[in-house]
Amino acid sequence: MTSENLIEISGLNFSYDTRAILKGIDMTMQRGKVIAIMGGSGSGKTTLLRLIGGTIQPTSGYVKFAGKVVHELDRDALFKLRRKMGMLFQFGALFTDLSVFDNVAFQMREHTNLPESMIRDLVLMKLHAVGLRGAQHLMPNALSGGMARRVALARSIALDPMLIMYDEPFTGLDPISLSVIGNLIRRLTDALGMTSIVVTHDVQESLKIVDYVYFIADGVIAAEGTPKEVRESIAPFVHQFVHGEEDGPVPFHYPAQSYRKDLNLENALA
Amino acid sequence: MLLPRRIVSGIQHIGHRVIESVWRLGIASRFFILVLLKSGTSLRRFNLVIRELYFTGVLSLIIIVVSGLFVGMVLGLQGYETLQKYGSESAVGTLVALSLVRELGPVVAALLFASRAGSAITAEIGLMKATEQLAAMGMMAVDPIARVVAPRFWSGVISMPFLAAIFSVMGVFGGYLVTVVFIGVDEGSYWSQMQSAVDFRFDIMNGFIKSCFFGVAVTAIAVFEGYDAPPTAEGVSGATTRTVVTSSLVILGLDFILTAFMFRGVS
Repeated sequence: MTSENLIEISGLNFSYDTRAILKGIDMTMQRGKVIAIMGGSGSGKTTLLRLIGGTIQPTSGYVKFAGKVVHELDRDALFKLRRKMGMLFQFGALFTDLSVFDNVAFQMREHTNLPESMIRDLVLMKLHAVGLRGAQHLMPNALSGGMARRVALARSIALDPMLIMYDEPFTGLDPISLSVIGNLIRRLTDALGMTSIVVTHDVQESLKIVDYVYFIADGVIAAEGTPKEVRESIAPFVHQFVHGEEDGPVPFHYPAQSYRKDLNLENALA
Repeated sequence: MLLPRRIVSGIQHIGHRVIESVWRLGIASRFFILVLLKSGTSLRRFNLVIRELYFTGVLSLIIIVVSGLFVGMVLGLQGYETLQKYGSESAVGTLVALSLVRELGPVVAALLFASRAGSAITAEIGLMKATEQLAAMGMMAVDPIARVVAPRFWSGVISMPFLAAIFSVMGVFGGYLVTVVFIGVDEGSYWSQMQSAVDFRFDIMNGFIKSCFFGVAVTAIAVFEGYDAPPTAEGVSGATTRTVVTSSLVILGLDFILTAFMFRGVS
């Protein structure tokens, strides 16, 4: 059973100074699946990705990736582990001083001794997979937001990782680019046999492509399930989130003293 | 006896600032050591440094050449005006050369380098941080200090002495243009007096050593400020300003210390 799980998270706690961000998270992520982590802004979704990538250390608990506890690894072992991971940052994070081709070739040149002719073929194959073989000579500043993210996607699959983490891949995209990126995530996961974790708050787009959803609210898992279960859920938080309702367990108003008191009306009507 | 609250908070504020500065100096020193320790990649893959040499060194050439020329011309003009009162205008070549090689060459070139290349290095690294390029690199198992910071540091260290030398050469040529070509000072005495007065060991080597120190200081400050910049537009602009201000002060302070050691007792 364990070998089916690429990632196991147990009792994970993380705090910035004294502010608790994640409180006792338990998750398992099976190989070959697309898993969505949803939650409002500031709910700790991106922090969870950072913990999986080992860029920050948990306060307690652990993340196990391919059988190894991430935060217990030394620097060299962690870097070795990261070669099996890819990460797509929110706005692509392409290297602005390198062309599209060189961005995708970056990891191959850094981590392998492949001849340049083979790197060229591999880069073109990766770019072809995201439909941007024709854009290989462009610089990142000549790309649209959707194209930049597709190039970043090609870059993150450069070394055929076991896992790709997507940090808000749908933010700020037009409907066409949105569905292109969504379909690419699903297709590449299936074709390359990877596992994908999609951190997002784009409910409708992600429910179309994912296998399993975790909802995080206030640092704990508020709900989880398959897209079908999530759509049909009557749990108040899930219902509010999936249907984008203004008020509910997540209140519209930021906590404040009474409105009447703020407007100095308490004595006026007395 | 209780001190008034305002005085106490004033002392606390000063203490806080001092502690913060010392703390930051410690972080900067650790960062500097880390850059040196992770310089292996830069030395093994020297083409990374060569690429940066173009941006820091070659692109700084215009400002260095033009400024050197004008500083030399002004030195020649002012030197001539003063020296001719004592009938020793033929010594103007010595004055121009010694001023440039010992002081103005390394110092002014370093100040220009800090504002041209230092600020560019800070802004570039700061923006790479703000746009998550450094984080992306880390996630690709590539150390950003080894891959991004160290090549920029070494390119600055290497290009600074060359730029200072070019500045001095252009200054001597500027002085020649004004005094010999335009004013009419004897060409032979301009060059021969310069040749006999400028000592390779004391003047040229010491100027070279100074520019090496300035190169290390300016680039170390520039890469640290860029790497340490808060990842926002405001943070990067603040870091760029700090690079220029801190570098300029460090250059002038270092120059005084180095001069005191190098030229004490030298006639």
